[in-house]
Amino acid sequence: MQLQSWQAPGGSEELAIRFGPNKAPRLLVLPAWFDESNKLRHFTIQTMRLLEKRGIASVLPDLPGCNESLALMQEQDLDSWRGAAASAAGKLGCTHILAIRAGANIAPALPGFAYAPLAGKSALRALLRARTISAKEAGREEKSTDLLELGKAEGLELAGYELGPRMIEQLSGAELPSESALTEIRQAELGGPALWLRAEPEHDEAQAAALAALVARGLVE
Amino acid sequence: MSDNLPAVRDDDIEVELILRQVLQDVLGLDAEEVAEFTEDTGLFGHLPELDSMAVAGLLTEVEDRLDILIEDDEVDGEMLETFGGLLAFVTAKREEG
Repeated sequence: MQLQSWQAPGGSEELAIRFGPNKAPRLLVLPAWFDESNKLRHFTIQTMRLLEKRGIASVLPDLPGCNESLALMQEQDLDSWRGAAASAAGKLGCTHILAIRAGANIAPALPGFAYAPLAGKSALRALLRARTISAKEAGREEKSTDLLELGKAEGLELAGYELGPRMIEQLSGAELPSESALTEIRQAELGGPALWLRAEPEHDEAQAAALAALVARGLVE
Repeated sequence: MSDNLPAVRDDDIEVELILRQVLQDVLGLDAEEVAEFTEDTGLFGHLPELDSMAVAGLLTEVEDRLDILIEDDEVDGEMLETFGGLLAFVTAKREEG
């Protein structure tokens, strides 16, 4: 494993974790978002380790505002993340994509794979729902529709993430592209329960191995 | 009319199976443990790991698998408190749909 740094279009210096031999094809791994990024982090890194054993190099960049990034989350939106993903692909020498869940929303136009892709609007819906449920538990009444309007005007804190108004606005309309260069890998192909659903983060080595095998096979074809 | 009854029961059984399956995935339990859930088994507020984010994920997954849409104002303490409450809600929702 190696750490690399690269500069996102917004000017921030971002880190990326790299595995594997220093030769093409190199896979750009676009991580899951928000709460799912924590639940799938171990799985994602482990998949990269297993790809390395198959001789496939991969890099996992921090999206601006996430992980070790010093950029402000509030200033990010889908455009800045798309720009960051495209620039990471270029600067880190990637030829293919492995997008995890909502990562598919910002994938640059390269061939590759989308694991259990999730539209940005669905990701936002789940975050809003979690917030209304926790408000209800605390005895407050919040409505998703009101929160959405507020979020588009002023930004909103969702699941511990300070999302800016442009991010909320863009997420609320974000559908997965109908035409994608990415081959979809469905959860059922990994042969286990979806790890992002798990209330407590957990790892499943067999699922990481299954994903690595599918990606490795797909790259050869 | 009576011809329709068995079909409705089949659907109810399917709804219950799917709900148990999703709970199994969310809670990381095995099938036997979830099979022991009764109507009175406590969920939200009773299982510490089932926080608001996990419940939101659970409802979204149930929506996807059962092809239903759950509105904000339908989500209340009673529906989330027990397995029986959630099952009754989801079954009714499915029959509406």
